Amino acid sequence: MSGPSTRTWYWQGVRDGLPFTLVVTPFALLFGVVATEAGLDIASTMGMTILVIAGAAQFTALALMEEQAPTFVVLLTALAVNLRMALYSASMSTHLRGAPVWQKAIAAYFLVDQSYAAAALKYEREPGASVSAKLGYFFGVMTPVAPLWYGFTLVGAVAGSAIPPEYALDFAIPITFIALVAPSLRSLPHLVAATVSVVLALALVWVPYSLGLIAAAIVAMAAGAATEIALERRRAPA
Amino acid sequence: MIDPVTVWTVIIVLGLGTFLIRFSFLGLIGDRDLPDWALRLLRYVPVAVMPGLVAPLVVWPEATGGSPDAARIGAALAAFAIGAATRNTLGAILGGMAALYLLLWVT
Repeated sequence: MSGPSTRTWYWQGVRDGLPFTLVVTPFALLFGVVATEAGLDIASTMGMTILVIAGAAQFTALALMEEQAPTFVVLLTALAVNLRMALYSASMSTHLRGAPVWQKAIAAYFLVDQSYAAAALKYEREPGASVSAKLGYFFGVMTPVAPLWYGFTLVGAVAGSAIPPEYALDFAIPITFIALVAPSLRSLPHLVAATVSVVLALALVWVPYSLGLIAAAIVAMAAGAATEIALERRRAPA
Repeated sequence: MIDPVTVWTVIIVLGLGTFLIRFSFLGLIGDRDLPDWALRLLRYVPVAVMPGLVAPLVVWPEATGGSPDAARIGAALAAFAIGAATRNTLGAILGGMAALYLLLWVT
């Protein structure tokens, strides 16, 4: 576990994690505020942020609970938002092969967008490093990020109950989601998937239990994948 | 107000489920790889779920009793335009909220 290279990699991770605090801090604040606005007390706001530690899924669960969606729909939708993390897990497993299971379990808990993005880039640049150096880097990235995520959620939760409704924070959730998705609409398949999702979700809004959203999401995924296949066929005719 | 039993059920199951997703390949499944069709579909999960979740909230916001509201639609379009043009999530949130306050103040 020790050795100079692991320590060096850890501090490189800390340094590479620092820029993420600029993104994580306002996000955590916003979640704390929006959660208390939705009626969660400080204990459940903090419980969610610590146990789930996945911003977009937390906002998803919150939005659906506010709409009184059934619990299984809340869970299904929020877990679907986190499915991308199976890809992170698959990608990380190739780099962290041979690490003890308990270390992999801690890494899994902290496997968020930021730690994955930083680690995947670093491991790709230096594939020959030892597993303990790689883990050191991974935990280094999370060292500044995780405490700020917890801490500023708490600040938001405490401040949130003091914010009057004129600030229209009800709309912070939709704006956050739009801001999360808009930058990823960089290819035709992504645009097709998003458009299908919007059109079907609006058309199926009458379907009970928010199942219209689930149906819209499944068709939109298929539409995105189908567009991707069609584009590949056109580029390279078989 | 959301019922506390529902909230804690969601927190605990979502926490466990999210952990299992993150641990899946690292710990449980081992070294096997996902089939290509699954990887292809998984890539589109965020863009398939989030726009559909947001669209009704934008078109029929609860704060106005469900009737379309120019300020909120304008703010959503502003956030989208900034996010798509700059690829900066934080900038899009701040721009969208600024547009919302401006439009609420104007209308």
